Amino acid sequence: MDLLGFARGPALKVALVVFCLGVVWRIVGFGLLRIRRDWNKPRASVLKYLFGGAVTVATRSMPHPEFIARTGPGEALGYSYHLGLFAVVLLFTPHIIFLGSLFGLLWPGLPSGVITVISVLTLTLFVAVLFRRVTNPVMRMLSNFDDYFSWFITMAVLVSGLAATAHVGARYETLLALHILTVDVLLIWFPFGKLMHAFYIFPSRAINGAILARKGATS
Amino acid sequence: MSDAIGILAANLAPAEEARTPEARVAGAMRSFVQEIGAMSAFRLESCIHCGICSDACHFYIATEDPQYTPIWKVEPFKQAYKREASPFAPLFKLLGLKRAVTADQLEHWQHLLFDSCNMCGRCSLICPMGIDVASLIEQARHAMFDAGLAPKELYQKAAHQRETGQPEASAEPYRDQLLAIGARFGVEIPLDKPEAEIMLCVPRTDIEHYPSAVAALARVVQHLGVSCTFRSDGLVAENYGYYAGGKEWQREISLRLIEQAIACKAKILLVPECGHAYTALRWEAADLYGKPLPFKVRHVTEFLADELQSGHLKLTPAGTGKTTFHDPCQLVRKGGVNDAPRALMTAMGIKLDELKNHGGFSYCCGGGGGVLDIERAAPLRYRTMENKLREIDDTGATTFVTSCSDCRRTFDDAQAHFNWDKTTHSLLELVANNLLTAASRP
Repeated sequence: MDLLGFARGPALKVALVVFCLGVVWRIVGFGLLRIRRDWNKPRASVLKYLFGGAVTVATRSMPHPEFIARTGPGEALGYSYHLGLFAVVLLFTPHIIFLGSLFGLLWPGLPSGVITVISVLTLTLFVAVLFRRVTNPVMRMLSNFDDYFSWFITMAVLVSGLAATAHVGARYETLLALHILTVDVLLIWFPFGKLMHAFYIFPSRAINGAILARKGATS
Repeated sequence: MSDAIGILAANLAPAEEARTPEARVAGAMRSFVQEIGAMSAFRLESCIHCGICSDACHFYIATEDPQYTPIWKVEPFKQAYKREASPFAPLFKLLGLKRAVTADQLEHWQHLLFDSCNMCGRCSLICPMGIDVASLIEQARHAMFDAGLAPKELYQKAAHQRETGQPEASAEPYRDQLLAIGARFGVEIPLDKPEAEIMLCVPRTDIEHYPSAVAALARVVQHLGVSCTFRSDGLVAENYGYYAGGKEWQREISLRLIEQAIACKAKILLVPECGHAYTALRWEAADLYGKPLPFKVRHVTEFLADELQSGHLKLTPAGTGKTTFHDPCQLVRKGGVNDAPRALMTAMGIKLDELKNHGGFSYCCGGGGGVLDIERAAPLRYRTMENKLREIDDTGATTFVTSCSDCRRTFDDAQAHFNWDKTTHSLLELVANNLLTAASRP
């Protein structure tokens, strides 16, 4: 079996199994802890606080005007590279074909030239994100192995993908194999680190929003 | 032995003193992870280390010191959760990826969890992941209390309140002081009636520093002619168990009021102008009681706004000139009492010149969460207050009003410290001074 066969064969299968089981366990694991009943009388009706939760899912993507002067640039950087990643992962035709083979769904992609430009921009933003993490005293203090490794493996996927698309540095098959291997590593790492926020972000916002709405407070 | 460990020993019952600080810390962390619950676990799991919460915190904004980043204040507890209770805890433990929390570590965190956090909840509004950092801090304070690491001022007041109902000894019991205030201000103090629609309680801050606010409460209820009573065995609104992180003590202190309200068959427990008392009674007491409370808990401004709306309460113009208002965090941001204070002020013809950050986004006064009581925290507290005072000055208002006596006291303390040119007024007193009576009708 050659490297490409290994990367998209057994390695990918193992990675997908670890990813799926890990994600499920990470969610079920803390979900098994007890949930306390709130006996305090709500100010709002159940519908109102569920609505409050749903609204917070959307509104928390945009900083409140009171905070934007301090957080605007950092949040813009954060959301921009996420949008870049989504575009590259979901709108690059070879990715669509791969995802289609997993889920049985196909959708239109962007021309590869556009994807290349988005990839380069995303990569640049990624470098800026790392620069910010190591130079901003708050972020540097909070950061640990998880932050740097999650950055590194995502960056490795991006760089290897770009190299494979541009056929730079080695044979195409080798570059593609390296790209898929980085994806395999990312999938294995995913449930153990902060990449899990992809699954947490909306429920977390919704819960906080609903709790505050239950009290009739600003969320 | 460091100061904090000294406090640790001083805060413990004799049986506990025999344990080493390390053993107590290990026990406290164990109880933290056992108590944590799915909701808090989810919050700890969700943090992406973006540090944005720092940009909401008045302690960080004033100092630019990274250690005041709200989520950092629970770092040892995150560490304990990952090591002991998270889904991959065995892995973290086996590979030594998360070390056990040490006594030294917690000793340092005492400053971060008590001296430099008011549990004001502003950070919970900024987190892009929607983490309620303030509730994590409250849980972390429980563990600090269990480890014997609650600051001595809070611990001692909580212990005294649990024992006697008063956070501190006084020359005259509060009950007698209350009656004396009534006599001094010429207002009847309804006390120990066997039955009443409304049970009243009073902030210890008002008894000791603002007797006029106590009289205002009595005058307003007398004016409305409602059936109400104070109860000698449940007078104090504040809950120092809540401040100190002593959950069981908080429960016992809350129970004192709950039992008295039940005894006099009250339909409403009226919380006076005290923010943390409102949180403790309105949003936590039923959980500690273990079932719904058989009465409503209302803040005095909510109650008065209801009376206003129903037409029972009519107010005259206050003539306060240019006026601004401080929204107490526990009432507004964490409590949802948004509109009532403004409805009352509107009824008194006050058109507010709002602070730049107001309503749910208001900056904390800096004294809440027991911080005002912690002596060593004063220099940092003053530093954080400078921004708030500047915001108030920037409105150009000459009258400054709030609806929490701890906030009021914090601002009055700042007035003395900074030679600030404003006196803080109580909204309740403003209402009491502007009741439309037969005599005041034109």
